[in-house]
Amino acid sequence: MSGEQIDEISGVSTTGHEWDGIRELNNPLPRWWVVTFYVTIVWAIGYTIAYPAWPLLHSATKGVLGYSSRNEVKNELTAAEAAKGKYVAAVESKTVSEIAADDALREFAVAAGGAAFKVNCVQCHGSGAQGSAGFPNLNDDDWLWGGKTGQIQQTITHGIRFATDPDTRLSEMPAFGDIITADQIAQVSAYVASLSGKVKDASLIEPGAKVFAENCVACHGDNAKGNKEFGAPDLTDAIWLYGSGETAIAAQVRAPKHGVMPAWIGRLGETKVKELAVYVHSLGGGE
Amino acid sequence: MKFGTQIVALGLFAFVALVAAGFGVDEPFRQHMWVLLIVLLGFLGILLRNTSFAATAPIHPSAYMDGPIRYGAIATMFWGVVGMLVGVVIALQLAYPDLNIEPWFNFGRLRPLHTSGVVFAFGGNALLCTSLYVVQRTCRARLFGGDLAWFVFWGYQLFIVMAATGYLLGITESREYAEPEWYVDLWLTIVWVAYLILFLGTILKRKEPHIYVANWFYLSFIVTIAMLHLINNLSMPVSFLGSKSYSAFSGVQDALTQWWYGHNAVGFFLTAGFLGMMYYFVPKQANRPVYSYRLSIVHFWALIFLYIWAGPHHLHYTALPDWAQTLGMAFSIMLWMPSWGGMINGLMTLSGAWDKLRTDPIIRMMVMAIAFYGMSTFEGPMMSIKAVNSLSHYTDWTIGHVHSGALGWVGMISFGAIYFMVPKLWNRERLYSLRLVTWHFWLATLGIVVYAAAMWVSGIMQGLMWREYDEQGFLVYSFAETVAAVHPYYVMRAIGGAMYLSGTLIMAWNIAMTILGYQREQDPMPGSVPALRRARSGARKWA
Repeated sequence: MSGEQIDEISGVSTTGHEWDGIRELNNPLPRWWVVTFYVTIVWAIGYTIAYPAWPLLHSATKGVLGYSSRNEVKNELTAAEAAKGKYVAAVESKTVSEIAADDALREFAVAAGGAAFKVNCVQCHGSGAQGSAGFPNLNDDDWLWGGKTGQIQQTITHGIRFATDPDTRLSEMPAFGDIITADQIAQVSAYVASLSGKVKDASLIEPGAKVFAENCVACHGDNAKGNKEFGAPDLTDAIWLYGSGETAIAAQVRAPKHGVMPAWIGRLGETKVKELAVYVHSLGGGE
Repeated sequence: MKFGTQIVALGLFAFVALVAAGFGVDEPFRQHMWVLLIVLLGFLGILLRNTSFAATAPIHPSAYMDGPIRYGAIATMFWGVVGMLVGVVIALQLAYPDLNIEPWFNFGRLRPLHTSGVVFAFGGNALLCTSLYVVQRTCRARLFGGDLAWFVFWGYQLFIVMAATGYLLGITESREYAEPEWYVDLWLTIVWVAYLILFLGTILKRKEPHIYVANWFYLSFIVTIAMLHLINNLSMPVSFLGSKSYSAFSGVQDALTQWWYGHNAVGFFLTAGFLGMMYYFVPKQANRPVYSYRLSIVHFWALIFLYIWAGPHHLHYTALPDWAQTLGMAFSIMLWMPSWGGMINGLMTLSGAWDKLRTDPIIRMMVMAIAFYGMSTFEGPMMSIKAVNSLSHYTDWTIGHVHSGALGWVGMISFGAIYFMVPKLWNRERLYSLRLVTWHFWLATLGIVVYAAAMWVSGIMQGLMWREYDEQGFLVYSFAETVAAVHPYYVMRAIGGAMYLSGTLIMAWNIAMTILGYQREQDPMPGSVPALRRARSGARKWA
């Protein structure tokens, strides 16, 4: 212990205490520090008077501004809904084709459907609606179940092969591995592949056409253009859901994959489904 | 017999662990008890090999007890490297999700390992060893309670090991920064009360008339953490032989208790405790008196009074009643100046010693720590403002804020303290290499800048993308799009973290070499000797 002394460098006296060689100077509180501290305290008092703050026995002070975060969010939601109200009512009352025909309404539905698409649909169809293996591209004009607004609405509403919806779109291509021979599968695959591209062994095409005529035309049609009634794909274009080329086609003939899309009506409601239908229709390939 | 009681107690403890491993009602609990058993048996083996029946020389009652502090300094380095390494791993997992390795090393299990690893293992050991170092020297008294300090040290390491292995096994209370389950919590309670007795007992037997300011901060940290830990972890185990428990709180009360705990873990663990560290090591290293005694008193009491109420700002715009949100924000704003009081006292202590910034990288590290402390304690009150919080909440901005505090303040001040203590604890003339400290300083500082800048940009971008509406009133971005947008910043964050980690590895090397007794021959720091005397001339010893 040594008594108070003057620190040589700063000229300030110390408090006279010393711990392990550490002394303390007797500097006053910095003025700006004290003033700022007081300002924050005064501000805090004012703020707690203005806003709900002090707990009482059974409730809390309400604040002179009458602020409530519940009211704030309610007002914002009400204002947002009011701004959309006219359009939402129109979407509710009109059919999808009427909505698509009305410029202002279509613009609204496309914005609304686009927002819903990003949350609900991109997981399978991709962030640009470009699809991926097993999940159709929605930007092109190749439609399995039809590309008119009403048909798209029907697909979104009830889904595809969605077991719990009685009105779901349903079709099931048989597994031809159990029906025709392996040679016939190779032939028909070559024929189908030849419709949109080149094949390795051109001699398979002609017998393949015969196999096709005997087994496939019922759904895919005489000209292999498909049939949207059954969701039977057009086989003459170069767009393939489960992969292009003879091998992929043969696999699909032997034991077809059957994709499933959920019925969205229960989750999203009719208005949102209509908006989605108009949005998907607007992507470029709508019929 | 040396270690006689300890060996018997450990043996009994190990037997209890064996029974629990055998009769545990769920698989994770049984696995966890096997881990405990192995750890205890390993420790028992070490004690048995070191026991002896020779009479031990009596310890001079006035000599400082530095054994646990030496171990604590090593543990701080070890856990620092582990915790920061896990941090870099999870940063990479966020940038590249394929790095999630199921089930033990996925993000969900590694994240608490990182937070607890750096906060409680690295920071906790730093606080534990520096507090015991400081309290003895500023009280001129040997640690209270004989071997109590050893119990606190090893008990705390056991807590860390049990917490960490529990996370990896999937055992969690899901309370942020308080994830360990009930039985690990109980163990920590015992250790923490022992720590309190150890610290308080040493203060009570002090030979100085006054209690030094560093000890007020350390004591407030120990007392408050005890209270926070006890209340936040109140829970009922499903079985006393199982790993699951249910909290005493539910709903919004649960959330408020959690953030009362969480915020004050920041306030009293990461702020008050490390301010205690600052108040001793900065004046010692600068060899200058503390700037203002009065400021230290006023800001100490203001800080501990105000901090405890600020927790609700973590729950803005939630189910928490408006009045609690208002108070949380008001107290956070008032907290600004009390926090800055510590910064002023730390920085102004250097007045008259600023030239040391050029020549002493340890002082540089401490100054950078205080600068980051000041910045974080300004940013915190600002983010507690509801309007700011509506943008910043749930975004990476919060992560950036926490890390400028944790890496900048907590990390740097701890590094400075360890660099100061280690040569003294092992009676070395100096560190192995001061130039390595400079390397550490720059790697750490640049690492923090990269980290924080990346998180600010990605956080503000996230916040703006989440709230962007188009003209029709619909959200413009889906959540997944915001995740894709932050990817480059997540890569940058991992790079910043890796830079910081590499600085810590250099420090570990430097500290290890110092402990082993090596001193690297090198030129003195530029400017530390008058220019006319060439550093290489003659056999002058490095000063």
